Amino acid sequence: MAEQKTITFIITRQDGPDSAPYEETFEVPYRKNMNVISGLMEIRKNPVNAKGEKTTPVQWDMNCLEEVCGACSMVINGVPRQSCAALVDELETPVRLAPMSTFPVVRDLIIDRERMFDALKQVKAWIPIDGTHDLGPGPRMPEKKRQWAYELSKCMTCGVCLESCPNVNDKSNFIGPAALSQARLFNAHPTGEMNKSERLDGLMQEGGVSGCGNAQNCVQVCPKGIPLTTSIAAMNRATNIQAFKNFFGSDNAH
Amino acid sequence: MAVHRELFNRRLHSLLGVVPIGLYLVTHLVVNHFAVYGEEEFNRAAGFMGNLPFLILLEIFVIYLPILFHAVLGVYIAFTANYNLKNYSFFRNWMFALQRITGIVTLIFIVWHVWETRVQKALGVVEVNYSLMESILSSPFMFWFYVVGVISTVFHFSNGLWGFMVTWGITQSPKSQKITTYGVVVVFLVLSYIGVRSLIAFAYGV
Ligand code: HEM
Ligand code: SF4
Ligand code: FES
Repeated sequence: MAEQKTITFIITRQDGPDSAPYEETFEVPYRKNMNVISGLMEIRKNPVNAKGEKTTPVQWDMNCLEEVCGACSMVINGVPRQSCAALVDELETPVRLAPMSTFPVVRDLIIDRERMFDALKQVKAWIPIDGTHDLGPGPRMPEKKRQWAYELSKCMTCGVCLESCPNVNDKSNFIGPAALSQARLFNAHPTGEMNKSERLDGLMQEGGVSGCGNAQNCVQVCPKGIPLTTSIAAMNRATNIQAFKNFFGSDNAH
Repeated sequence: MAVHRELFNRRLHSLLGVVPIGLYLVTHLVVNHFAVYGEEEFNRAAGFMGNLPFLILLEIFVIYLPILFHAVLGVYIAFTANYNLKNYSFFRNWMFALQRITGIVTLIFIVWHVWETRVQKALGVVEVNYSLMESILSSPFMFWFYVVGVISTVFHFSNGLWGFMVTWGITQSPKSQKITTYGVVVVFLVLSYIGVRSLIAFAYGV
């Protein structure tokens, strides 16, 4: 019988939010077309490291398994990306896995992306339509604009853009590219537009659009191909105009 | 609505980099270029600048205060970034890092340059003219210090123009940003030539 081929995984682990990180190596039986998550599942099935010692199974986060939920992001061979969409056949071995460094680690490869959801709250990235009575249908959106907006709406809050951004770190309060682009998406919506100035106000607060330093890594790494840097420049323009309106305009600027 | 202090400071920082600091830089380099036409020409041009009316007010409001504000916030910005060129060696990420590195180099250069010229003049130790620059730049070490300083400043200003266009929302599409990149490369080359050419004139009299 031919010897079973294995893939080496070197994983940066951490037992809890406050414990020190360490590396552990695993030899995982190879299967054709396997992705990083199926490798992690093998480790979970048989949590024995490369030295043959029994260890705890490696923890990770996942949900959709088709690159639309963003939960499974991690740093794979130095590049932040979705582990469900990372095929082992296309990776250099040994495969190095680490949690994204921009976020607090919960355990092993699981990180807490709460700061991204706080950022979406800061820029009010939703359309307020709930009320006590039926407001009727909203204004319609031109089809061409819908197609354009659809691209922006693909953001899955995966955090890859924040991970690659030199200005998102614990020395700065910058909320990161994803939320800036979401503010643009909801401001472009015909109903969302009615609350445009509130979102712009969120962008103008601490850590908002002015935190961008144009390193433009985000647009290179976004798995959804979202035109983040175009969104940021557009929001620069929109917030500048809003700032002028607020200062020079009449008292009913909205 | 609330006062947006951080946004205001960052926009002011951006604006000051071009108006007045950038405009002053261009003027300064162009005036220096008179050195190429000879000592008298330079002294005449520099004398005109040095005898402008309300000189001290112009200096304070057009040069010192704007640079002070831009430099203090600039150093803060430079030290709050986590440079990650190793993992993300994209062109713009390099420009991002170089913008901050040249900011620091430019600061060191400007402090030394102002100390050696304007401050010494105010103390009555020297007169700012062709022969002062000639004596400074005839030392090879100072010549190269000035070459690095001038190129660093010009790079910072040129790449800064690119950032300015984004900060003010003028260039948004990747295409317009790319064409602006070519534009500022030309600005960088032209201003570098003017700046270094004057240094050569001072140092070697050619
Ligand atoms: C001759 C002097 C200087 C000129 C002409 C100049 C010009 C500029 C310009 C035009 C920008 C672009 C603004 C923008 O991104 O919107 C800029 C940005 C910047 N400058 Fe300066 N600057 C000078 C000195 C300095 C100094 C001494 C520092 C101190 C470290 C500095 C640090 C920075 C930084 C960090 C940025 C990037 C800001 C950002 O991207 O948010 N600059 N500068
Ligand atoms: S913008 Fe792209 S990289 Fe950033 S969170 Fe959304 S999908 Fe992920
Ligand atoms: S599991 Fe949803 S993106 Fe990977």
